[in-house]
Amino acid sequence: MNTKKLAKRTLLKNGTILDPVKEKEFEGNILLENGKIAAVGNINVDDADVIDCNGLVITHGFCDLHVHFREPGREDKETLASGSRAALAGGFTRVCAMPNTNPPIDSPESVRFIAEKSQNCPIHIHPIGAATKGQKGKELTEMAGMVDEGAVAFSDDGLPIMNGGVMRRILEYSGMLGKPIINHAEDDCLRNDGLMNEGLMSTRLGLPGNPTQAEAIMVHRDLELSKLTGAKLHVPHISTASATHHVAEMKQHYNLVSAEVTPHHLFFTDEDLAEYDTNLKVAPPIRGNADRKALINGLRDGTIDCIATDHAPHTIEDKELTFDLAAFGMTGLESCLGAVLKILVEEEGVDLFTVVKALTVNPRKIMGFETNLFTEKVAAELTIFNPKEKWVFSRNDIYSKSINSPYIGKPLTGKVKYTIVKGHLYSN
Amino acid sequence: MRLQNRHLLGLEGYPKEDIQTIIDTAFTFREVLDRPIKKVPSLQGKTIVNLFFENSTRTRISFELAQKRLSADTVNFSASTSSLKKGESFKDTVQNIEAMKIDACVMRHPTPGAPLRLTEYVDAIVINAGDGTHEHPTQAILDMTSLQEKFGYLKGLKVGIIGDISHSRVALSNIHGLLTMGAEVTLCGPATLIPPQIEELGVSVNYNLDEVIEWADALNVLRIQMERMGVNLFPSIREYRSKFGITSERLAKHKKEIVIMHPGPMNRGVEIESAVADSDQAIILDQVLNGVASRMAILYLLLGGKAES
Ligand SMILES: [Zn+2]
Repeated sequence: MNTKKLAKRTLLKNGTILDPVKEKEFEGNILLENGKIAAVGNINVDDADVIDCNGLVITHGFCDLHVHFREPGREDKETLASGSRAALAGGFTRVCAMPNTNPPIDSPESVRFIAEKSQNCPIHIHPIGAATKGQKGKELTEMAGMVDEGAVAFSDDGLPIMNGGVMRRILEYSGMLGKPIINHAEDDCLRNDGLMNEGLMSTRLGLPGNPTQAEAIMVHRDLELSKLTGAKLHVPHISTASATHHVAEMKQHYNLVSAEVTPHHLFFTDEDLAEYDTNLKVAPPIRGNADRKALINGLRDGTIDCIATDHAPHTIEDKELTFDLAAFGMTGLESCLGAVLKILVEEEGVDLFTVVKALTVNPRKIMGFETNLFTEKVAAELTIFNPKEKWVFSRNDIYSKSINSPYIGKPLTGKVKYTIVKGHLYSN
Repeated sequence: MRLQNRHLLGLEGYPKEDIQTIIDTAFTFREVLDRPIKKVPSLQGKTIVNLFFENSTRTRISFELAQKRLSADTVNFSASTSSLKKGESFKDTVQNIEAMKIDACVMRHPTPGAPLRLTEYVDAIVINAGDGTHEHPTQAILDMTSLQEKFGYLKGLKVGIIGDISHSRVALSNIHGLLTMGAEVTLCGPATLIPPQIEELGVSVNYNLDEVIEWADALNVLRIQMERMGVNLFPSIREYRSKFGITSERLAKHKKEIVIMHPGPMNRGVEIESAVADSDQAIILDQVLNGVASRMAILYLLLGGKAES
């Protein structure tokens, strides 16, 4: 990945401009001046740095609502800086960082630590604060103070908020602040010690199963509590047909709920675990093909709003273990676009607009970020990609400190060529 | 006469003709075991390590005896996985052992899939001696050898597997092996101990033990683990015994001949009554002897020893 400071004037020439807000697609140029949008359309100038975008799509910078950058505490797995590089390689200009660090981000002071450190990072990083102190699921955190320091949402991600009474209070309190709650939706009692999706595959492999109902029941509870309290709920990494159905139902009556799906729940099925690949050990687990198809349809019909990677770096030491001892999680920023375009557009015929919206305007709307990124004077936050390029994901494509990616060796379709953010141009 | 797979990790998808070859070879070794000098030089110069990450005296002794009868050199390595959790990785342990120039590893491990990992870390031939709740292929082969010995055929044989199917590597390997050989399998046990969607493998599930006894030619009775009671998998020994226990009284009602197997160790008076375990219809001790013969056959075929009459 090459890094270059943007010239005073940069012309993105002859690209297919895809405006996810106005839902328009047209051939044209974009002129950047001093790192800001100067003009979009048929503009031409002589004295600009020219980037040939022939055959490429120019759109808003991707926004990921769900990453784990491990700082503070496990800087050997990822830091805000190394995670930013992985994001840039994947076309992401803006991410929300989960608070399950060590110690967790559960106070205004710790939110400030992330916010201040992120200032020096090449992408925009927004801290998500913990919903309960120490992520223990018991006592409310100082959410208002955390909002003042830059927290954009609250979550105990990794750990489900099991107590429904606590969840209700969390929603009431965050509803007052207008910030979404993101609950890692798995009923702990039902998932028990499940290591993979419950079904024929878990039976064949002899691994304890985690049933789809563990997620569906928790999502259903959270949706009901969200409606009860009038608060915003964002359902992370939805993995089941049943939970998708519950979200669709609730959306008919109540519009403050949203949902995300990860590339890996779209790309893999539990049959891919046949060789006990610990890189496919994630929470919630990779499901069966019927669930995967339901997620694809959920994204197609708008039930699922956005794609989020749940980028979860782990060291080799934490993954090169027997299946029971290996950590949950996989990295996903660098491989995201190639994975989702291959599955959604190439294989399933989903409209490219739908996919791009799920990576750009939709997540920004959920968090209340600026969405009109093609407007003049707005700081340039753009991603330029080849939607058709076929390539094989390899270790050389990884910028994360960790390499726990099951995509290594997998053919993908669609590749990020340039990412523009904070006055810099990154080329893959 | 070589087998198609270099390792023996499980019986799912294992070739039918290879299972038959192993069983046939096991019968040849049974003859060796009946001789006054029960030793052949087939694996002279070969070194086999028995890696036991979980205690299993019976399986280890059976393998060790099979190795000694074939004149192989044997090393035993036992480690509790708790010491692995304390930092020494599985990979380190097995690579250390591999560095000592080993021809084959026989491994018992509490985690499903561990033998497959082992094949990636070492060059030696790997034989799965039980991986958690996944497979225990040598047990299933000795069970099938015993059935073949008793009945003379496996195709069309009706076998009931009784008890805790969910936590049983014996059950899963038996299911795959028996179905491959053309036998019919019915599972019977508390619903809480039957794994999800198991019927899709091609077996039947029936919670009524009497119906299964009426149907079956043979019953493979699995050990029930008392600790499952504490986590709501079954309510009491009393109730287990009354609904799923194999007692002489229950068998007498059926007025038929039925062969009883048990992989051991038995909980006498729980899943199987002593009177049944010690009766003529039980072939439990034949299973033990066939265990040595079957493991000799497996080691011999996998390690490519010279033919020996
Ligand atoms: Zn989560």
